[in-house]
Amino acid sequence: MRILIINGKVTYNGIVERTNVLIDEGIVLSTKAAADIEADKVIDAGGLYVLPGLVDAHCHLRDPGYEYKEDIISGTKSAARGGFTSIACMPNTNPAVDNAAVVRYIIEKSQKEGYVNVYPIGAITKGLEGNELSEMGIMREAGIVAVSDDGKPVMNSDVMKKALIYAGQFGLPVISHCEDLNLTDNGSMNEGLTSTILGLRGIPSASEDVMVSREIILSEYTNVPIHIAHVSTKVSVELIRQAKNRGIKITAETCPHYFTLTEELAGIIIPMPK
Amino acid sequence: MKLSSKDLLGLENISADEISFILEIAKDMKKIVNSSMKKVNYLHGRSVVTLFYENSTRTRVSFELAAKYMGAQAVNVSVASSSVAKGETLIDTGKTLEAMGTDIVIIRHHQSGAPHLLAKNISASVINAGDGMHEHPTQALLDMMTIKEFFGTLSGLKVAIIGDIYHSRVARSNIIGLTKMGAQVNLYAPSTLLPAGIEKLGARVFTNIDDTVADCDVVMGLRVQLERQKKCLFPTINEYARFFGINPENIKKAKKNALWMHPGPVNRGVEMTSTIIDADNSVINKQVTNGVAVRMALLYLLTGREEL
Repeated sequence: MRILIINGKVTYNGIVERTNVLIDEGIVLSTKAAADIEADKVIDAGGLYVLPGLVDAHCHLRDPGYEYKEDIISGTKSAARGGFTSIACMPNTNPAVDNAAVVRYIIEKSQKEGYVNVYPIGAITKGLEGNELSEMGIMREAGIVAVSDDGKPVMNSDVMKKALIYAGQFGLPVISHCEDLNLTDNGSMNEGLTSTILGLRGIPSASEDVMVSREIILSEYTNVPIHIAHVSTKVSVELIRQAKNRGIKITAETCPHYFTLTEELAGIIIPMPK
Repeated sequence: MKLSSKDLLGLENISADEISFILEIAKDMKKIVNSSMKKVNYLHGRSVVTLFYENSTRTRVSFELAAKYMGAQAVNVSVASSSVAKGETLIDTGKTLEAMGTDIVIIRHHQSGAPHLLAKNISASVINAGDGMHEHPTQALLDMMTIKEFFGTLSGLKVAIIGDIYHSRVARSNIIGLTKMGAQVNLYAPSTLLPAGIEKLGARVFTNIDDTVADCDVVMGLRVQLERQKKCLFPTINEYARFFGINPENIKKAKKNALWMHPGPVNRGVEMTSTIIDADNSVINKQVTNGVAVRMALLYLLTGREEL
């Protein structure tokens, strides 16, 4: 099927251009098509941006187990609404994605009822408890694309080392939630003046920095790639930059609120910015 | 020919010629094991003590029978109920046994190097029946005897060893012995169970079973200790069997007449399926018989005999 999208804004090499896009069987044939070219379907973008399907490698569909927060239907619908056609979902569900049955449940449900492509991420350890490896090989055959205990760090460095070596054998990238729980010490917001004023226990930025350092060292030692999830501190960014320059297989992501909001917005009335 | 040392501590320090010599003598000893009159008097008047600090059935019984078939006095020290439990050191225990006139001490110990320490401190011969994660030379010798029995030689053969290489003294002794005899050793294991630098011993490390066994004359499985999953070395028995277990499907690229071996005891269905263990190509029970023969040969040679 040939689709023509007219009146769209297309970005290319940093330039935004108002143009028409011609797509044939999922392949972009032209970004400078004539408005009257023959097509099976014509869509008028009405001046909106035209982008390829976006990919979000860090989502939470909360399904199974926490469907009252989000489920595969609502999560994939909002992904589609935001322009994301492929998403990878984290394994901190209930039960956790630490076995092939849960992987298959997510894949089957999202194929039947979802709106975008869903790629499950498996747990590093059974029950995300940081003690024993999950069945990464069998889960990979069932369709996981990476492993992570996201929501929690793997606190024991020996478990993390072995998890990296084992995941590496199956070609699975490891995504790390970097937080030293001893340093976090049940804190609930960034440590600073605001936490002091609000009377909330602060989390020192060192909690993240220490674990980012450990992951860089373990990635270099095992030669297995690590992706650092939701980076939020200046020191982490510097450490990751240095590691990349040294050729270590470290990648990273951050989240919009980390570079658009600060904790000063937090208050007793509106606690979310903490 | 004579063995160059009073002890057999490992295959690291003995020559290819010595290995061939032991295997030659073992061939003759096997005739005694297979006969109905299993008694000779080569070790008449000699005493042999087995000193096992670790559990064992086949190795201890194998040594004890080997000594008895040869006419020696064989005594088994059960460490749990001995003065070791009272705090006696290994060296003192060894000297005590020697003072009673023991000619050969056969030791199994959970610490690597224990037989070497004992051997340095007593003048009786010491045979290593397995020390820590270091060596298990008599197992490798009986494996080599079994392989040689079928192929007539060890040189030029390809041997695949699959399983927990990291904790395996059987694997280390076999890698050392087989490469010394001119065979090629291929290894495959969960990456968590491969010791650092193992390829420097002359073995080749592979990333899947199919390639590991390709064109191999021998495929050897290793016992996986089930409690290792608690230590994050592999996730579950189920996953281990699925990716690291030997089965009729993933072994197809091995040679048609290849031998299936295992040092035992086997976890059926984990490191090897029953279809492999009980197949015609399986020589697991022949390994056990040859174990007695090899140990008879060693007892014979270490008590100073040169030839039959």
